[in-house]
Amino acid sequence: MRLKLEVENNTLIIHLDGELDHHSTEEVREDIDNAIDSRNIKNIIFELSNMKFMDSSGVGVVIGRYKKVDKLGGVVGIVNSNPHVDKIFEMAGIYKIINKYDTKEEALGNM
Amino acid sequence: MNFENYMKIEFLSKSQNESFARVAVASFVSQLDPTIEEMADIKTAVSEAVTNAIIHGYDKSNEKVVIECKIIGNTIMIIIEDFGNGIDDIELARQPLYTSKPELERSGMGFTVMETFMDEVFVESHKGIGTKIQMTKRIKVAENGE
Ligand SMILES: Nc1ncnc2c1ncn2[C@@H]1O[C@H](COP(=O)(O)OP(=O)(O)OP(=O)(O)O)[C@@H](O)[C@H]1O
Ligand SMILES: [Mg+2]
Repeated sequence: MRLKLEVENNTLIIHLDGELDHHSTEEVREDIDNAIDSRNIKNIIFELSNMKFMDSSGVGVVIGRYKKVDKLGGVVGIVNSNPHVDKIFEMAGIYKIINKYDTKEEALGNM
Repeated sequence: MNFENYMKIEFLSKSQNESFARVAVASFVSQLDPTIEEMADIKTAVSEAVTNAIIHGYDKSNEKVVIECKIIGNTIMIIIEDFGNGIDDIELARQPLYTSKPELERSGMGFTVMETFMDEVFVESHKGIGTKIQMTKRIKVAENGE
């Protein structure tokens, strides 16, 4: 799992490249939370075009970050999720609380 | 013998072995020529059961997880077993969004994912003895041309 973080105004763009499972979520969660706390972040975009694998651990990470920024009045967006990832997110009801976008620009425009 | 092929692997309940377990099962299953989607379904279901053995089966110790796979015609049977805590109430555990570990950011979706991606999921568990998950999925035979 390679984590790449980008900041655009007060939005944190999180690129999750590779396999997101229980093992790799333990590695990235802290880095994501440190970035949210230290860089005055309000909104989050998960950019998933290079996500090769995800299981329910990914649901936990997304919902956990949603709860964190929701308290700050922020929102979360998901960009470029593949059909397999969408299926898991839909099962968990994630798209009832988080919007899905085709591009990062579109997501940024809605935040 | 009621199966055409069989394999068994055993490893420590360390989170590093989650990806190993997925890859090992996937490469065994590849002899049935699954589609990319079927392969993703199987890898995800294996990941869920192995992760559960590691997180819920054993508390902090690293102990034994066993995976067995059988090929029966076009069906793959995967058995994932731990010898740890066991499940109190299996029916409750299988409910979508039920988790006993919300503080670890678990979402309670593991069993739901297994049930959605596999054809059948059986759970056998006894307090203090362990948990055994048996899942099967029939791989569709590719139609050539016509
Ligand atoms: N191998 C196991 N040993 C002991 N308890 C288990 C085992 N597998 C599952 N459980 C129990 O069943 C519950 C539901 O499992 P499930 O995989 O659906 O959700 P989760 O693991 O809590 O969350 P998620 O899989 O979404 O990260 C667990 O919270 C746990 O209490
Ligand atoms: Mg689970």
